[in-house]
Amino acid sequence: MPIWFDENDYETVAAACERLIPRDEASGAPGATAAEVARYVDQLLGAFTFDPPRIWAGGPFSGRHGGDAGFENWIRLRPLDERAWRTRIEGSRGDPERERNGPVIGLQERYRSGLVALGRDFVSVDGTEQDRRLDAVAELKAMLYEHACEGMYGDPVYGGNAGGCGWAFIQFDGDMQPRGYTDAEVEEAGGAS
Amino acid sequence: MRADHDARVVIVGSGPGGATFADVVTAAGWDCIILDKGRNHLIDLQPPYALKGDYSNDELKFLYRHFLGPDPLLEPRTYRRSAEIDGERLYTGDVNNLPSTIGGGGVHADGKVPRFREIDFRLRSELGPIDGATIEDWPVTYGELEPYYSEVERVVGVAGVADGPRANPFAAWRSGPYPMPPGPDMHGAVLSAAAAERLGLHPYPAPTAANSEPYDGRPACNNCGFCGYYGCPIHAKGDPVAMLSHALHTGRCEIRPECYVTDVAVDPSGRRATGVRYLDPAGGMHEVTAEFVVLACGAFETPRLLLQCGLGNSSGLVGRNLMYHFQTLTVGGFPFRLHGHRGRAVTHLHDDHIVPDADDLAAAHRAGLPYFRGGIVEHGSAAGPILEAKTYLPGPLHNDSMRRSDLRDRLWVFTMQGEDLPQATNTIDLDPAVVDAWGRPAGRATYAPHDHEVVASAHIAKTLEAVMTEAGAQWTITTTSPPVGELTELDRKNPLGVAPASRHVMGTCRMGHDPATSVVNAESRFHDIDNLLCADSSVFVTSAGYGPTLTLAALSARAAHLLTGTPLPPTSPTPSSPS
Repeated sequence: MPIWFDENDYETVAAACERLIPRDEASGAPGATAAEVARYVDQLLGAFTFDPPRIWAGGPFSGRHGGDAGFENWIRLRPLDERAWRTRIEGSRGDPERERNGPVIGLQERYRSGLVALGRDFVSVDGTEQDRRLDAVAELKAMLYEHACEGMYGDPVYGGNAGGCGWAFIQFDGDMQPRGYTDAEVEEAGGAS
Repeated sequence: MRADHDARVVIVGSGPGGATFADVVTAAGWDCIILDKGRNHLIDLQPPYALKGDYSNDELKFLYRHFLGPDPLLEPRTYRRSAEIDGERLYTGDVNNLPSTIGGGGVHADGKVPRFREIDFRLRSELGPIDGATIEDWPVTYGELEPYYSEVERVVGVAGVADGPRANPFAAWRSGPYPMPPGPDMHGAVLSAAAAERLGLHPYPAPTAANSEPYDGRPACNNCGFCGYYGCPIHAKGDPVAMLSHALHTGRCEIRPECYVTDVAVDPSGRRATGVRYLDPAGGMHEVTAEFVVLACGAFETPRLLLQCGLGNSSGLVGRNLMYHFQTLTVGGFPFRLHGHRGRAVTHLHDDHIVPDADDLAAAHRAGLPYFRGGIVEHGSAAGPILEAKTYLPGPLHNDSMRRSDLRDRLWVFTMQGEDLPQATNTIDLDPAVVDAWGRPAGRATYAPHDHEVVASAHIAKTLEAVMTEAGAQWTITTTSPPVGELTELDRKNPLGVAPASRHVMGTCRMGHDPATSVVNAESRFHDIDNLLCADSSVFVTSAGYGPTLTLAALSARAAHLLTGTPLPPTSPTPSSPS
């Protein structure tokens, strides 16, 4: 079950992101859907349904390269940071403390209106039509791509990059602590492929 | 502690300057309180002062979610090139943001800590004035600062090479070796350093405040690559955790995070500081009284605070002579992978462009300048995949671009930190409309480079591109930060931004002997308020072509030693034995 989106919105975001970062069997590219990029966006928009909110993952290690796994120990926000992140996600909503420099339209609202523009039937139309609709809402498309990149190549703890598939495709190890790299691995030549 | 004060010293800001000051005064037996508006993710503030585990190899958290602060929604800053071109502001948001967190800029720096050279403190005497710039000699010489450079290098733990064929031939004299040998050379730097040598330049291992061996109870760096812009998960970077840790362990230092200083309190004469007032995290107002008040908020926030409370500015120079480093970025694309994500982000520097040769002088003269100087050139590369991905277009080409990784794994970068001349018209002041989360005026940078920087950059870039090609790059491109000339659409899309991307901010409370032409004296005390001191790069008179951290920490250490009556003995150029 999605956290913040309804099922249709979730599928719409997944389908839209798949147009931006598509699966490609020939090269082994997983694509946005397999990487669960929509789950990344959903967890960002619904970050405050968790306590602590899922803004900053913990540290120091993921556990994938030794050490105790700490990334799921989400870091608590102080009230000021909660104000900033709620403003960023929910918008300023007329709250004077959030509007010291003017109103802020939140990510939730930008998604809400953008997804309406894409249409409830977005998932079922063909790729050409999906691209046409995405191009018609340039601002949403730009935001979706930013988030798709974050969900594709950010740490899996944030909801995307499922199983590290985004990193694997680009030959990137992701976090490396506490193993790090040996001096020889720093100095050695890299491959041409 | 004296009964009539909360502490002998109150320090505003816990970055390298404030931390160094606290370390020195507590070692001398004094007590201090450090206030910082940022959160604490560095070190437990109660015994046994364990180092925290909040930092991680997490690109989202550090590059996109403002974990080290400041969040531009809470603390926006504004930027304009000039009032004539941009009106009140061109841009609002992140302008030269250094972390707002316990440890300040030391937390996110990749720890390159070169010293300045002798001439950098005597630029006007040695090379003379330049029209339109306010070049002056510093009231402190390299020789006077050398003992403090050495002390700070020992405290933070600097890895480098002082002697022999790998040493920097342009370096100033030293009284001793580096505390540690350098760490491993990044593969790309092996290639670019060899190419630089073939073209007659003199690259050397960058002096780096990341442990190459266990040091002071902290482990050796393990080359994870999440260095610049990240806090170190294993605390192998010594700046400023070493100083804060030492200060806390004396039992005479208290650190109060999330405390926002609003005012320096002064007595009725207005010539003595009595302490500072601050807001606690719940918004409650407090006052800390102290015998001495030290501002170490950085060269953006220190003048902002002073202008808000109207202090220290009889010269009218608070906020003026703002300097950055004018950054020239020459990137090269290689036909093979360089894995710049392994290692310390930058492992080599060369200084050749700081010392103008006949060709440089001829180029300067053609442009109507008596001379120009560039800056250190950093050989490195360390972008993360999210940043890379956002530079490519969406759609079917995304995957091939990411897999090939021309803009990350095959990219090498020369960053020249070019000397930026001081100009009275480059300023930090208070934005007339934009405010921070506490309702106080945001700081505003007004900055345009002098011809000196632009001419030097364009000339030296040709050499940098030649070196990059010699190293094996198939293509090279050079950009600058800030961009020069008319702003293009590309400039607006550049992740470096339209404001200077440099985090090296200097000069906004310059030091000097004459109260009419400077803000603080040679001991970093304000001319107007004798018991108020500045311990950050605001005091710089010129910017030199070197990262400012070690110099600002050495000046802070010197000010604190002089204040406490514990000056370090003079040093001399002692030949050091290879380590």
